[in-house]
Amino acid sequence: MLNFIIRRVAVAIPTVLILILISFVLMHSAPGGPFTNERNLPEAVMKNIEAKYDLDKPAWQQFFIYLGNVAQGDFGPSFRYRDYTVNELIATSFPRSAYIGLWSFFFVVVIGISVGIWAALRQNKWQDYTVMTAAMTGVVFPNFVLAPLLVLIFAVELRWLPGGGWEGGQIEYIIMPIIAMATSYIAQVARITRGSMIETMHSPFIRTARAKGLPWRKIILKHALKPALIPVVSYLGPAFVGIITGSVIVDQVFSTGGIGQHFVNGAINRDYSLILGVTILVGVLTIIFNAIVDILYTYLDPRVRY
Amino acid sequence: MTMLQVKNLEIAFKTPDGIVRAVNNLSYTLEKGQTLGIVGESGAGKSQSAFAILGLLAHNAQVKGSIQFDGQEIIGQSETALNKIRANKIGIIFQDPMTSLNPYMKISDQMTEVLELHKGMSQKDALQESIRMLDAVRIPEAANRVTMYPHEFSGGMRQRVMIAMSLLCKPSLLIADEPTTALDVTVQAQIMQLLKDLQEEFHMAIILITHDLGIVAGSCDKTLVMYGGRLMEYGKTRELFNTPTHPYTKGLMSAIPRLDQHTEELTTIPGNPPNLLRLPDGCPFCERCKVAEDRCVSQLPAVEVFASDRERACHKSVEEVA
Repeated sequence: MLNFIIRRVAVAIPTVLILILISFVLMHSAPGGPFTNERNLPEAVMKNIEAKYDLDKPAWQQFFIYLGNVAQGDFGPSFRYRDYTVNELIATSFPRSAYIGLWSFFFVVVIGISVGIWAALRQNKWQDYTVMTAAMTGVVFPNFVLAPLLVLIFAVELRWLPGGGWEGGQIEYIIMPIIAMATSYIAQVARITRGSMIETMHSPFIRTARAKGLPWRKIILKHALKPALIPVVSYLGPAFVGIITGSVIVDQVFSTGGIGQHFVNGAINRDYSLILGVTILVGVLTIIFNAIVDILYTYLDPRVRY
Repeated sequence: MTMLQVKNLEIAFKTPDGIVRAVNNLSYTLEKGQTLGIVGESGAGKSQSAFAILGLLAHNAQVKGSIQFDGQEIIGQSETALNKIRANKIGIIFQDPMTSLNPYMKISDQMTEVLELHKGMSQKDALQESIRMLDAVRIPEAANRVTMYPHEFSGGMRQRVMIAMSLLCKPSLLIADEPTTALDVTVQAQIMQLLKDLQEEFHMAIILITHDLGIVAGSCDKTLVMYGGRLMEYGKTRELFNTPTHPYTKGLMSAIPRLDQHTEELTTIPGNPPNLLRLPDGCPFCERCKVAEDRCVSQLPAVEVFASDRERACHKSVEEVA
């Protein structure tokens, strides 16, 4: 196991470097820069600003200066939010997204898996059709429709919940973000779980379990659950990263101040350091959670060894 | 003493393409401690007729007729009642030991759960008993290997594990559904010998489902030949092999390659098994039968008892076929 972790870290380092390189090149080759405005700044002012942010140096030098700073854990100053560093921006916004995300993930796992199994055990009955129709609706219903709809119903019409804001993550402020975040994931997990559970229940070893005289509950819990969850875990690993790093839509509609907003704003504003910072964050999290999924496989499937 | 009595068994599966008639009007009996071989091609209804004994058919199956085991009717029983018989009174070994064992569970867990369920044993006692049973099926170092996973065993060893698992509660009937089909020939012989030895040790009856006539000849008291879900011929194995009275049985016998005759080409029965969705009105074998006549196509031959313990379903007389 230790060997496996060392190997994964060794592979992760070049992966992250390539990720940074590609993002860096892409950002710098996009037309315009962080200080291009409709009204041009006087040349002297522009020169000063560029010198402050090292923009006057050749691109490859900028790249290595940036790498050096990242290696020390410094993502540099934001180009747009003048008084903030990228570290500060991430430190205030990421915990909010992670908080909403962890709750969302909890519901995704609990509701998605149990609904999927429930439907699978009633395959092709009306309960199954109802649940799967609902799940399909959840999958195809984009959250940029769902989120405003929630605001319209619960904040504007019924006035049960505040329309947005954070307020220290009080429950009434995060209910709608969680619903908007989790719905499509719940639907997706339910569909995957159902499919994989049905497939497992048709395996010969389930017939063996029936031939042993085991009651249904034991067949499902002891024999079918583990193999049925393997595809679900494969999906949940990367999905987890997507969930805890928030969503542009959710952050915009509910003004949660989460990290999701920085992805789009960073790119639009050519905020080089901010966009690189959040890219690295998501990249590293993705690598970590894929490794965790791989480790989980060894617990689920004894045939998997590293 | 009659232990198993199957009477007019009919199994049909409702599918989107129509109704598949897998087993039709099948009747046979099995005595205590005896071995019955059920022979036939793929799709002859061998396995399905055996699964019905344990109520293991797929959900879209419709079963009619009667299966009495130790005087108790099986068909129409609740799952709870069937669960008391499964593994406890009737054990089953499946064709493919690679997929019939749960790859995600240790052998020990897969075995002990049977004893804990049916015999109310403690986990510790169940483990001891499981190891003893693995010893009985001649798995070396059973005490060490019991905690391994199925993929750590070879094919033949896995089938031994499967056999050990099915014998844990010392059932009085063992159904072996093509137990050696997935194994290579030398391992086949070992497994068949093992089954014979265990049968004597535990005084079990065995239903051996196979398409290998050699295995039947070597180990079965009685043989039932099936085709298109129907009984073609039934009798004591020795008599049936010496004087087959059904054109299909004769065809099967002549298809066995012989070592004492030099032949370039193997004999086969021309044609294919019938489509179970559209069985002919008459004998299911009529299309491939060398001696078929008009009434074979239009009229179903009844199963007749023509000698003590011998049955056949054919319009032609015994003399005409011989």
